[in-house]
Amino acid sequence: MKSDRRHFLKAAGVATIGVAAGATAAEANLLDSAKELLLGPKGAAPYPEAKKNARWAMVVDTRKLTAESMEKMIHACNHAHNIPLHPLRKKGDKYNKDEIKWIWEEEFENAFPGQMNEHLPPKVTQNEVLVLCNQCENPACVRVCPTKATFQRDDGIVIMDFHRCIGCRFCMAACPYGSRSFNFKDPRIASLEINPEFPTRMKGVVEKCNFCAEQLDKGLQPHCVEACENGELVFGDMNDPESEIRKVLRNNYTIRRKPEVGTQPQVYYIV
Amino acid sequence: MYDSGKIITGLVIFVALFASPFILNVGGGAPAVPQPSLDTPAIKSMGNPVCVRENMQSNHMQVLDLWRDSVVRDSNHTAPGIDGQLYEMSLSNTCMECHSNKAEFCDRCHTYAAVDPFCWDCHIEPPKEG
Amino acid sequence: MLEKALTGDSKYWGWIGFLLLLIAVGFGAYLRQFNEGLTLTGLSRDVSWGFYIAQLTYLVGVAASGVMLVMPYYLHDHKAFGKITILGEFMAVGAITMCLLFVLVDLGQPMRMMNMIIFPTPNSVLFWDMVVLNTYMFLNIIIGWTVLQNERKGIHYQKWVKVLIYLSIPFAVSIHTVTAFLYAGLPGRHFWLTAIMAPRFLAGAFCAGPAILLLIVFFLRRFTSFDAGDKAIKSLAVIITYAMILNVFFLLLELFTAFYSQVPGHMHALIYLFAGLHGGHALVPVMWASVILAVIVLILLIPPKFRNNYNLLIPALIMLVLSTWLEKGVALVVAGFIPNPLEHVNEYAPTLNELVISVGVYAVGALIVTVLYKIAIGVKAEVGDAAH
Repeated sequence: MKSDRRHFLKAAGVATIGVAAGATAAEANLLDSAKELLLGPKGAAPYPEAKKNARWAMVVDTRKLTAESMEKMIHACNHAHNIPLHPLRKKGDKYNKDEIKWIWEEEFENAFPGQMNEHLPPKVTQNEVLVLCNQCENPACVRVCPTKATFQRDDGIVIMDFHRCIGCRFCMAACPYGSRSFNFKDPRIASLEINPEFPTRMKGVVEKCNFCAEQLDKGLQPHCVEACENGELVFGDMNDPESEIRKVLRNNYTIRRKPEVGTQPQVYYIV
Repeated sequence: MYDSGKIITGLVIFVALFASPFILNVGGGAPAVPQPSLDTPAIKSMGNPVCVRENMQSNHMQVLDLWRDSVVRDSNHTAPGIDGQLYEMSLSNTCMECHSNKAEFCDRCHTYAAVDPFCWDCHIEPPKEG
Repeated sequence: MLEKALTGDSKYWGWIGFLLLLIAVGFGAYLRQFNEGLTLTGLSRDVSWGFYIAQLTYLVGVAASGVMLVMPYYLHDHKAFGKITILGEFMAVGAITMCLLFVLVDLGQPMRMMNMIIFPTPNSVLFWDMVVLNTYMFLNIIIGWTVLQNERKGIHYQKWVKVLIYLSIPFAVSIHTVTAFLYAGLPGRHFWLTAIMAPRFLAGAFCAGPAILLLIVFFLRRFTSFDAGDKAIKSLAVIITYAMILNVFFLLLELFTAFYSQVPGHMHALIYLFAGLHGGHALVPVMWASVILAVIVLILLIPPKFRNNYNLLIPALIMLVLSTWLEKGVALVVAGFIPNPLEHVNEYAPTLNELVISVGVYAVGALIVTVLYKIAIGVKAEVGDAAH
């Protein structure tokens, strides 16, 4: 037991340094032995329900969106992720500077600047659409982050490690879609109905839609998708040619936001 | 010696400042090392420890750190406990489920050791109970 | 040598006391921001960088002034700059300190600053900016201090110092280039997405930094025993003139590309700056003031007759500093965020708390420069190199 403990401390110490220095192979071995001691011989593993080798994407069928359905989806997300509704900083402010948004409504011309033309069908241009983080295949936010607090998972999800974010907001400047929000103040305000399953954030970190990674890892669908009643959102695995999303993409013409910037968004729109 | 008055005054002030924590605490005695009872009803009903093999009192910082990276960065959410079962590595949703007495379980030692981890700035505390 | 900073007349100590007071007030304002968050600034979800980062951008330029003296003096043996090179190097130290402090006060989680070193990320330009800024600062401290020390002892500086001096030249260029890359490499920010961002920064830096330095030189000539000499002043004024011409030329290039191509994204921020967009025109007076000042500056600087007349040169330099500051230290960063990626116009104005913190940071820089200059001038007076 005693040697076990010493071995652990040594391993844990080296592991910390190893992570700090960018672990080399020898260090990685020690890292593994520390992990083994901490996590058991089999080590940590995903939930058994998690889908393997997936590549997640979403289709938004704007034809089906209604004010009520969008409201429902947005609320489901806000509630699940403890997103606070901050009041205006000053009475009479034209917009909310502290606002946190993961998924929200935009006019067509704002969501798709450059794809707007005067004579589009009114049903396209007059209805609002849902926008969220595009979970880009080639994400600019990941490229600019100086601490790897924003990173891309193997399943393509661009996600944030809130423990590591230093709040430099480089990612907010880099995102071509305005999908990122910053906690200008403590998000735990009185009006926040806390969902105990999910953490809040602390002030001074950036946040954004995470495609509900916490749900996907358990084999569930994202909260906004679960809140749909008429198939407004289709979510699925792009690596599976038989998945519903691949079928929808085969059978419909879809567009993406700002394709010209080369980020390869994984949120597709049927208009 | 030049300016001996100034130098000696300076030295006295420096020594007084430097020693002030010790002087102020003379006779107060060191606060007792907290020995809180960590048993909650949930833990009592289990008998033997089931979840973690390590000595958590001394190593929980490293353990939590590894778990955190494992969950957030590698999407590995579960680890086997001593009993061989898979446990979800989650501070709010697993640890605090049984160790629901945060005031005893976390705060007493942290206050004693004067450390202020920022876990609870984000993670939700278990509801207060008796 | 440090003892030279500890003796001075009542004016010197009054100035030091005044700076310390500003620093204390700024620090108090920062504590408020630290506790309550950046909600105390005018920054928002849409304009997520503002006054702080704009000052960083401008001051990186000021740090350049060093190289505009170092290069002619050490590479081209332009003797006239021998005496003031040290001023440029020490100004760089103050400027870079301010840059780093402005990044620090802009961070949401400053306590985690070391994450940039614990998790080094070479694909992030901010990581490289940290590397080059720190390196350039240390180079200038070491070079300036060593050369001065040797001058005091009456010996020539060592060979290894020469190596560092040569090294500092590419580093001076790199701090501007890397800072420009912070902006120029971002998709979807049309205003910044331009290959001449780095040259623009360099041109702006090479006129604004030396202009501030030259103003200080005039100040020292008037109020201290230190005289840089007419030859140095006139050479520096020529450098400033050419850099300012390039600076204005580059801005015109941006205007041509945007408005001749008529690509909406490229025009939006410029329209916002010069005419206002969707009811937002907070920066219109700022931009026009900058442009008008720039034109006057060029008129005063280009003809040698005006430039060599110090009664015109000094106001021209003041206007140049103001013009470039309005453009790089205010407009350039903010306008990159307006309109936002969803083409909404939400404007930004710094709050009082933000400005008080900024003044505090400037006071730190001024304090460093004051102390270092006091030492440098003290040493020069001692070895008899102060008067012309």
